[in-house]
Amino acid sequence: MSKEKEKDQTQGTSISRRSFLKGVGTGAVAASVAPSVLIDAETAAEAQMGEEITRAKIKLDINDKAYEVEVESRTTLLSVLRDGFDTSGNRVDLTGAKPICERGECGGCTVQVDGKAVYSCMTLALDAQGKQITTVEGLADGDQLHPVQEAFVQHDALMCGFCTPGFVVAAKSFLDQNPSPSHEEIKEGLAGNICRCGTYPFIFEAVKTASRKMGG
Amino acid sequence: MASWGRPENSRLIGKRVQRLSGADKATGKAKYTFDINRPGLLYGHILRSSVAHATITHIDLSAAEALPGVKAAIPLIEPGKRVRFEGQEIAAVAATTDDIARDALRLIQVDYDELDYVVDMEDAKEAGAPQIRDDWEGNQSEPRVDERGDLEAGFAEAAVEVEATYHAPVQTHVCLETHGNVAEWDGDNLTVWASTQAVFGTRQNLARHFELPENQVRVITEHMGGGFGSKFGPGVEGVTVAKLARITGAPVKLMLTRKDEHLVGGNRPSMTQTVRAGAAQDGRFVAYDMSGYGTGGIGSGAGFTGPYVYHVPNYRTEKSAVAINAGSARAMRAPGHPQGAFAMDSLMDELAEKLNIDPLEFRRINGDSDARRDRIRQAEYTLGAQEIGWHRRNRVPGSGTGVKKRGIGVGCGLWGGGGGPGTEARVTIHASGAVEATTGTQDIGTGIRTVIAMIVAEELGLRPQDITVKVGDTAPGLPSRGSGGSQTIGSVAPVIKTAAMAAKRKLFAHIAPMVEADPGNLRAVGGRIRTESDLRMSISWKEATGYLGMETISEGGEWDENLRVGDTAGVQFADVEVDTETGLVKVIKIVAVQDCGLVVNRLTTESQINGAVIMGLGYALLEERIMDDQTGKMINANLEDYKVPGTMEIPEIVSIAYDTDRKITGIGEPPTIPTAGAIANAVYNAIGVRIRELPITPDKVLNALG
Repeated sequence: MSKEKEKDQTQGTSISRRSFLKGVGTGAVAASVAPSVLIDAETAAEAQMGEEITRAKIKLDINDKAYEVEVESRTTLLSVLRDGFDTSGNRVDLTGAKPICERGECGGCTVQVDGKAVYSCMTLALDAQGKQITTVEGLADGDQLHPVQEAFVQHDALMCGFCTPGFVVAAKSFLDQNPSPSHEEIKEGLAGNICRCGTYPFIFEAVKTASRKMGG
Repeated sequence: MASWGRPENSRLIGKRVQRLSGADKATGKAKYTFDINRPGLLYGHILRSSVAHATITHIDLSAAEALPGVKAAIPLIEPGKRVRFEGQEIAAVAATTDDIARDALRLIQVDYDELDYVVDMEDAKEAGAPQIRDDWEGNQSEPRVDERGDLEAGFAEAAVEVEATYHAPVQTHVCLETHGNVAEWDGDNLTVWASTQAVFGTRQNLARHFELPENQVRVITEHMGGGFGSKFGPGVEGVTVAKLARITGAPVKLMLTRKDEHLVGGNRPSMTQTVRAGAAQDGRFVAYDMSGYGTGGIGSGAGFTGPYVYHVPNYRTEKSAVAINAGSARAMRAPGHPQGAFAMDSLMDELAEKLNIDPLEFRRINGDSDARRDRIRQAEYTLGAQEIGWHRRNRVPGSGTGVKKRGIGVGCGLWGGGGGPGTEARVTIHASGAVEATTGTQDIGTGIRTVIAMIVAEELGLRPQDITVKVGDTAPGLPSRGSGGSQTIGSVAPVIKTAAMAAKRKLFAHIAPMVEADPGNLRAVGGRIRTESDLRMSISWKEATGYLGMETISEGGEWDENLRVGDTAGVQFADVEVDTETGLVKVIKIVAVQDCGLVVNRLTTESQINGAVIMGLGYALLEERIMDDQTGKMINANLEDYKVPGTMEIPEIVSIAYDTDRKITGIGEPPTIPTAGAIANAVYNAIGVRIRELPITPDKVLNALG
């Protein structure tokens, strides 16, 4: 993106329009924003219309890399990953996590925050400060796929593949907590994710294979 | 004449081969349309009608236009025109961020002069209901009548009769990647990254709309997040995003929201049919009189099959469509078949019971109306019955004891899927040894990319990963059909096969003099070229292609109908457990025996069968678009209240890919057809009460149990 366009983009949203709670970037503020956003992002956004908007620069640790990004209070982690720019104007461009349901119903946007699987569409960027964020792009070690990724490929636990990054991260997080799950435990452990192509049977197989490979 | 050869001679065809795009998909590297981020990208969104039926009297875009960050705001409907369903397009914006674009929609003022609406099919048929389509009189289409044999004589011969009404709901596609595109202009050249099942169809549509020659429009679909029949052509959103990109002079991404996707992304029409049918004492199905209709919303198509699969000599059918104020139907995975199959297989069981004949035996007696399919189907009955343990079913339906009752049922389906001409492809061999296979099809998640690589690799003695497959792009100018009707593999594979054969012949002819061999005596095996008669000469693939020097071999292929087959038969068996206290139906096991013609990739074929069964399970037990007649709106336009199958609903699935002959056929749709009928019959076998309405939700089970 050219500098002119980038500048324009920043200006575009920095104009006063929407309230940003005072003292942006602190945990307390984020906590006070979160419930309303969690309840109904749409209503919260509407409630903010017409009030003053503020932006803040925050630092995020994504896949062991530090990013400085400018966000609004409403900016989700998912939005930073997919559509955000760092303060030097470079796109974050981590598009592995997918926007599918937009409201915590499908798991397509699952990432790890401090080792726990979270829906990044339901996580405010502000709340992810100071935490370790791992996306599907951060699981492989160079060209060496993570055992979960390897098992997904081996068992064809993916078809169109749009839900796959979310499932891979969810499966990895699940195995971190339950290294040798039963079939029923796998079903329950991955119940927060949806696949429309119907790859589930092979996902279950992949998780079992990955569990064995990881010594579970 | 080209043939796929004998199975024992195939190194790759019929084996389990990992999807070539697997690693890209599992690591997040795969870029879908939704992931395309172009420099200077703007974000588009569409404002949609919030009401079911109204005349638009005024649209004021000024506040949206004034919002900082908004680069364009355009109307999509003229004041004075009608909107006919919740979700119809009214205006669109492009802005520097997705959030701003959504904010801008809220600033658009729309004045509606609201009209009476109707979202219930039965209400819509009433005299005096609000008129929905201008081209119909009333809201019901002219019925289409089909007749065969002598219905009266058939009923006269019948020893038993069944009269029943079956109903199936509207199902939405729920593509996880919503419909949408990224559009970018360079002068008068338009590039569109599209989430589509038809790159060439989309190109043609856009070229026509913008009055451009086709070669000035390029459509790219590298990876695609689910279509199931709903993604052909650019749609309103595709044309709109190209307009926004032209106005702003910047690339624009416009992907539908999840709610939009439910409202306008297409759906499988509903079905309500009333049937009277008769069977003779000896088990022959002799008479079928059916009258039915379905709704495709404001759309006109709501067809379904019937009679279906089974041979009945005397029938009369009357089918029509009913318009309501709701989003239009689109083709959805085996259009018309799952709804027809559910009703037909329910009816077959009801007739069998009245005759006191085993339902499977009744099906065997009234074989498939097509002789080839019938031969296959009879064998499938035997295989499937054995695998499910048909003998375990309740002789007397509902006779099991305990709170949780088990039952077993059967269902059937048929499909075409043989493909057709119209695909152009090239197989290119470079001096470096690199091989490319290029064609204008698209991989919508079915694995055609891997299949193409397997076919070329088989022919050239290489590994699938040695072949670079280029699909999903109109730029090479090698058209192929849209990926629908399970026609992709039957259309593409023969052309790829013959192109690879031609490229190999040319390579052999080129190198034969160099290695002092007869070209007819050369073989490509295991990454080497060698002579067949004696193993005297054997060089590596790269040595061989090295002889090309400055030349490149690039050959096209011909569609050969002898390499593919259509008209496949499928049979499924379901084993279910019904909790008679909660009404919950749990599917324990599905056995899917599917005529797969020649299986190319056994691994991805099994994936397709699993996926189709699971979508059929959703249709049977979970999925339904719910329209609220108090507001005219869809009240479950999300992924929480619109239930698609999740991990907890997944039964054991035994997919038996039944190789019927050495010809290729498409398998994306057929295995979704029999599932709902098999499950409905299994539920009946468990509880002894017939539920004739999908989805079979706990409330219906409890009501049925009384």
